[in-house]
Amino acid sequence: MSRMMSVQVQTGQLRSSPSFLAGIVGEVAYARQVQVLEERAGWARVAVPGTSLAGWMHGSALSSKRIVLQAGAEDVERAATTGEIALAGKGFSEEVEREFRSRNPNLDFRRIDQMQASAPTMAQIRRFAQEGQLRLA
Amino acid sequence: MNLWSRRDFLAWSSKAGLAGACAGPLLTGGLAGLLSGCKTAEIAADFGRAAGVLDEQQAQSVARVGTAIGRSFEDITPEQEYYIGRTVGATILGSYKPYADQGANAYVNLVGTMVSLSSDMPETFGGYHFLILDSDEINAFAAPGGLIFITRGMLRCCVSEDAVAAVLAHEVGHIQHHHGIQTIQRARLTSAFTILAAEGARTLGGADLAQLTDIFEESVSDVVNTLAVNGYSRTAEREADRAAAVILDRAGYDSAALVSMLEVMDTKLTPGGPDFARTHPSPASRIRDIRPALPAVRASDPALRQQRFLAALPRI
Repeated sequence: MSRMMSVQVQTGQLRSSPSFLAGIVGEVAYARQVQVLEERAGWARVAVPGTSLAGWMHGSALSSKRIVLQAGAEDVERAATTGEIALAGKGFSEEVEREFRSRNPNLDFRRIDQMQASAPTMAQIRRFAQEGQLRLA
Repeated sequence: MNLWSRRDFLAWSSKAGLAGACAGPLLTGGLAGLLSGCKTAEIAADFGRAAGVLDEQQAQSVARVGTAIGRSFEDITPEQEYYIGRTVGATILGSYKPYADQGANAYVNLVGTMVSLSSDMPETFGGYHFLILDSDEINAFAAPGGLIFITRGMLRCCVSEDAVAAVLAHEVGHIQHHHGIQTIQRARLTSAFTILAAEGARTLGGADLAQLTDIFEESVSDVVNTLAVNGYSRTAEREADRAAAVILDRAGYDSAALVSMLEVMDTKLTPGGPDFARTHPSPASRIRDIRPALPAVRASDPALRQQRFLAALPRI
């Protein structure tokens, strides 16, 4: 049986081939489990169970730990004793950041939000690489 | 004005440090200190039971989280690293003003994204993002998870796009090796995991949230302290430089630009100064370390790269 992995990034992107040059064919939400069909040079071809979605994801976007969004008591017990399950939204989370911000109102997170909201598009990156005679993995 | 003086930082970090405590949610007073010093939670549970501090159910909970002790930075999820990084970033921006030139920032983001995609960790929870700081200091910071800051002073040490790529690749190297979160003291993580393991699936209660936030604040303080005051170990710097050489080579940049950049920096840095010189090994020693790892043949550095470099950073 092929193994299952969890998406460990905010938005997982599925590509048509194992390269950042390849087009994005779909997106997978954080913590979603995917079935690994094939692996090649740091990339995994995955299928999303229950959907017709499939594509290539870079290995750094995937975790072998199961990530649980809403854990039941048994899951929590298992997480506590085996470390196999990462509880999404637990630990240093949005909730903790909110509490930290209420204690430190002088720190400005708006610029951090802006910084994270602005990123070049893949089309811009591809053009930048081509014009500069650079290589994309 | 440079708001990030050592004194300001120490004042901030001591405030953060004072707020902290190492304790599980079921522990109070002296027992909290005991647990942080114990090798296993079972000892704490037995002690708590015997001392009558914990009831049976609480003692079992503490025993169950025994494996929380011994957890390390490797158990921090990318999501948690992301939240630590955001607050590290906000703290840095409490002391440095962003450089407002949108074109320059867009260019640095393109170069930075190019190099991040050639790293061993091209994907992080929130992705890589780059920002120029409006400071004459020669400095750059990588907050855990992928937020990278570079000063105008540092960009002035770069004579080409390849040199900009070299600085950013070095910072990506720190992120890829999780150097930032490795500076968080182990006792803090133990405390955090203990709270989490015992706390379970429900929403954090007020006391748990307050404790976890204390630990979060201390953890951020550990990272910022390393980035801004103490610097990483020589080993970590060497690892980041080696990662940079590999990344540059993969992306098609000239990895020897790392050396060119360090040579310029060497002429501009004031030994014992308040910036990069304080937190990094000397450029000369870094050049000695990295030169053997560079390829014999230099990659091409096309004219178009130089043109867009000059066009993007004219007033840097």
